[in-house]
Amino acid sequence: MTSVDAVLHGLQGAKKDTKGKVLEFALLGALMVILATLFALLFDVMRLGVGVLVDRPGAFFTGKLSTFSAQTAGISQGIKGSMLLMIFVVIVAFPLGIASAVYLEEYASDTRLNRFISVNIRNLAGVPAIVYGLLGLTIFVQFFGGLTGGTSLIAGGLTLAVLVLPIVIITSSEALRAVPDSIREAGYGVGATRWQVIRSHVLPSAAPGILTGTVLSISRAVGETAPLLVVGAITGFLSNGGQNFVEQLRGKYTSMPTIIYRWATLPNQDFRALTSAAIIVLLAVTLLANGVAIFLRNRYERKW
Amino acid sequence: MRTIATRGFSVEALQAPRARRQRERLIALLFKGAAFTSIVISAAIVLSLVGKAGAFLSHVDLGALLSPAGWFPRRGAYDLRTIIAGTFVIAGIAMLVAAPLGLAAAIYLAEYARPRIRKLLKPVIEILAGIPSVVLGFFAISFIGPEVIKRIVPEAPFFTMAAAGIAVGLLVTPLVASVAEDAIRAVPHALREASYGMGARKSTTTMKIVVPAAVSGIVAALILGVSRAIGETMIVAIAAGASGGSPLTLNPFHQGQTMTAAMTSLAFGSDQVKGAEFTFESLFFVGLLLFLMTLILNVLGERFVRRVRQKY
Repeated sequence: MTSVDAVLHGLQGAKKDTKGKVLEFALLGALMVILATLFALLFDVMRLGVGVLVDRPGAFFTGKLSTFSAQTAGISQGIKGSMLLMIFVVIVAFPLGIASAVYLEEYASDTRLNRFISVNIRNLAGVPAIVYGLLGLTIFVQFFGGLTGGTSLIAGGLTLAVLVLPIVIITSSEALRAVPDSIREAGYGVGATRWQVIRSHVLPSAAPGILTGTVLSISRAVGETAPLLVVGAITGFLSNGGQNFVEQLRGKYTSMPTIIYRWATLPNQDFRALTSAAIIVLLAVTLLANGVAIFLRNRYERKW
Repeated sequence: MRTIATRGFSVEALQAPRARRQRERLIALLFKGAAFTSIVISAAIVLSLVGKAGAFLSHVDLGALLSPAGWFPRRGAYDLRTIIAGTFVIAGIAMLVAAPLGLAAAIYLAEYARPRIRKLLKPVIEILAGIPSVVLGFFAISFIGPEVIKRIVPEAPFFTMAAAGIAVGLLVTPLVASVAEDAIRAVPHALREASYGMGARKSTTTMKIVVPAAVSGIVAALILGVSRAIGETMIVAIAAGASGGSPLTLNPFHQGQTMTAAMTSLAFGSDQVKGAEFTFESLFFVGLLLFLMTLILNVLGERFVRRVRQKY
């Protein structure tokens, strides 16, 4: 090797960076494992469940929760129950959560109390779902049992609303924080009050971000099972007729994920297909909600 | 010295009308009230747990909390070691899955993936994050158990802690990946450029400069992952078996019970729980333990997350 070659070699380094390539492929491999698992999951439920959806969609979507006859069992009560539960999330968690976020981001000064509130909210977001079930059991089922009707749809809906409240607050706060102060200052500059600035400028600018958060929290709430088991959804059968709306809300109920849990734990093999079919329906809802949220975020993400 | 002329208008004239000021104050108060509900919720959680957990502790023979029989609440055997051991076995398996997968995904997405690839792969993780745990529980008994565990350990039973643990790991992976990716992306570019300037390779820069610089965020990701794994309920309730109770076991290829699964089987049809007196209240005692464990982990994790933000 001449000295020129040696210098060139020293400058270029070894041509092949084997270790680097191995690392890159290992990292990519991990992502591929995640992707493959996701496909395996989707393929597995499709393989087992599509038959039910194709062969007897009528019976499946209109049938009632049954643990004895796989031929007539259906998910109508679960769909209805889940939809009614989501009403509580929408009318309780959304306004409360967005209002809390507005307070924390727009009104709260940096006092010890306000710092405590935001730390507390972050901690609430990390509390296991089943603990919210115990909260719901004590407060909504037992303490306010006279109002809610005990193990009722109201109690279940309020429990889910409390469960997703921290998520709504955190995502809304992030959306509000992304609105630059110049927008607010412009509002104050022309003499608007704080509320006028919030209503006419800050909230509209933050709306896509807030919407993304609320859609994600709906997706989370609709798939949540553990707290509903504790507040009594599992043995509930939503009756379909003969009651007015308020009686239904105070009555027993079931939800999509509780039906899946009930069927998944049955030893009878016929119910595996039913479970998978119900999972396809649930996944369609949650993945659609997540897809909408991701789309909204990418579409309206604004660089100020 | 000149005084500022105030002739012609007063402070009152500059202020908004009284009615509007009152309305402003009322609105501010409403928002404040909304923010305070979160404190009410926390207080309600603590009070409802502590109250009934206290009732349980004062009525049950404390020796039953270390009963050699295991965790059989309906027979008055409340061996905490059993459910805590089960919890750690499953959380351990979950982290064996989630730590390498989640961290590798985070490093790849933050350092290697080109923007277009990232836009394609990132939603995969987000879709996984959106899958309800009850669905992963079913996946554990319909696929992971028979297709994976049975192939490794042919004599494994239908329900195993291993299958449940792997499914919990899949659930936790997106969380680990997203917290770790945020931490890695927060590492300033100057560090990378300095490393390249010294002639370091991409792999060296990533593993020796970027990852160590993001280490507190990575630790936070793992701590928050453990916390989520400990609190996960439905997967374990469906896939780990032992719904009636379990003797103490550390073998992942056995059935087993975690704190959360013990709670669901106690609550399953809550009015039917009979058995020994105060069996039902044990639910709240376990809930309080779980709450405290996850709270400590979350506070710890938050502290590490904040350290990343402060440094850069």
